[in-house]
Amino acid sequence: MQTETITSLKISAARVRKMTLEAIHSAKAGHPGGALSSADILTYLYKKEMNIDPQNPKDPDRDRFVLSKGHASAGLYGILAECGYIPKEDIKTFRKADSYLQGHPEMKGVPGVDMSTGSLGQGISAACGMALAAKIDGKDYRVYTIIGDGESEEGQVWEALMFAAHYKLDNLTAFLDFNGLQIDGDITKVMNPTPFDKKFEAFNWNVIIIDGHNYEEIEEAVNKAKETKDKPTIIIANTTKGKGVSFMENEAGWHGIAPNDEQYEAAVAELDEYIKSLGGEF
Amino acid sequence: MYKIGEKKATREAYGAALAEFGCDERIVVFDADLSKSTKTDNFKKVYPERFFNAGIAEGNMMSAAAGMASCGKIVFASSFAMFASGRAFEQIRNSIGYPRLNVKIGATHAGISVGEDGATHQCLEDIGLMRTIPGMVIMNPADATEARLCVKAAIDHDGPVYLRFGRLAVPTIFGDDYKFEIGKGVELADGTDVTIIATGLMVPYATEAREVLREQGISARVVNMPTIKPIDREIIVKAAKETGAIVTAEEHNIIGGLGSAVSEVLVEEYPVPMQRVGTNDVFGRSGTPAELFEIYGLDTKTIVEKAKAAIAKKR
Repeated sequence: MQTETITSLKISAARVRKMTLEAIHSAKAGHPGGALSSADILTYLYKKEMNIDPQNPKDPDRDRFVLSKGHASAGLYGILAECGYIPKEDIKTFRKADSYLQGHPEMKGVPGVDMSTGSLGQGISAACGMALAAKIDGKDYRVYTIIGDGESEEGQVWEALMFAAHYKLDNLTAFLDFNGLQIDGDITKVMNPTPFDKKFEAFNWNVIIIDGHNYEEIEEAVNKAKETKDKPTIIIANTTKGKGVSFMENEAGWHGIAPNDEQYEAAVAELDEYIKSLGGEF
Repeated sequence: MYKIGEKKATREAYGAALAEFGCDERIVVFDADLSKSTKTDNFKKVYPERFFNAGIAEGNMMSAAAGMASCGKIVFASSFAMFASGRAFEQIRNSIGYPRLNVKIGATHAGISVGEDGATHQCLEDIGLMRTIPGMVIMNPADATEARLCVKAAIDHDGPVYLRFGRLAVPTIFGDDYKFEIGKGVELADGTDVTIIATGLMVPYATEAREVLREQGISARVVNMPTIKPIDREIIVKAAKETGAIVTAEEHNIIGGLGSAVSEVLVEEYPVPMQRVGTNDVFGRSGTPAELFEIYGLDTKTIVEKAKAAIAKKR
């Protein structure tokens, strides 16, 4: 990947992180930690990878994206605004009673949202259904989904993993946002779902492990997934919860609370400084 | 299609209808390892490329059906009523109901007539569960003729539908000229003293009860209510005004099902004395369907008693 492309993706992701925080700060509620950890994957998919057109969000041949960890909605709205699906000024209406930006993604109300999610475990199943529909119709669109590491404690995730491998859904690529933290703390302390790689392999998936904040690694993994036949691919993305805002990083406490005014300003200042260092525009 | 008097389970008509109407290439059928029992194997034989076994994993099946429906498919997802509506309730609510996706839940083996399998498999709560999901259409056909028409109507309806079918072979009561419309009840026989509103396999018992009542000098109207949601408010209010007493009959808990739906309409529109026939807030047990109908009062005798009780409460 060219240096300019990487820089451009980093700038976009920082803007997505800013909008994530703007949404959550404005709503005084939301889930910053897991939205920030998955922001680079989202940015790569929407800005670099997926065959999508914000002007034609219902194109039947488009690639699909399902945010199975639906609580990271502020991040999804951030990338949709960054891509032009929704106006950036709407971000501050997040979670408000007169807004279409629901607390968790809702497909009927938001252009670019391919599936209503939020109840954990269901999104990856829906992604399986979309991938299977492509197979039936002989279409070559691809389906992407992000599941949370805590989400993997849901039994339905494993039902979906079984289903996708059984039907050889090689057009399905799942990311595991492995930030290591869930609401009640360290995932290995709350209810240990690891080792992920061995379990996914045992479920007959193609497994790739990457740094979920490294665009070259993300790209390489996605390309390998596209080359893999007869097997779905899961990319275990090692990530940092709260990534990009130093005081939120690796703090389980930032899973589901909003920053106060002072914290919000500090976070924005830090992200602006980062964007400036890359020569980008706020 | 089906001869009047011919004994046929509504699940048989469901499977046959899927095969009959399956030429529509948008139709996809999922099952959860019960295709021989739910009769979706009829569809599988004709259109194997559009049939998918989800294995014994109903939650994933419902959400996968939702994802597939989002791509323009009309998806039938089948299992026993217990596991479709119960196990996968939240998937139906959040993956299918909330985005109003075009998934038809084909739930067979509903009610106590499952028989010998016992309480774990006798679903008496599904109508109540499904009724609380906004936008869900609920159909509970009385015989094979109606079941076939319900499948057709479900295909033509854009949005989630819960179709409730039985395991037991029941007499066919409607001929080829029978018309079915979503949200419409059907007056089967007129009467002036009381109205029996029945659904599913209780419909023939309601008709029998009318004869018993007639011999005792009581004139009973009989209404078949194949759609539980949206409920036909008009036919209920008309019956209340014209006969002054109502009895409901269903193979379901009296809490949450047809009885609840009808009483809600009466209380809001035109209160008259009402009695409910159904299982009375209990779990079932193993036994033959005939034995269980008698034990739990899902029979002609109970409808007759309740009809008289409703009439006695008239002021």
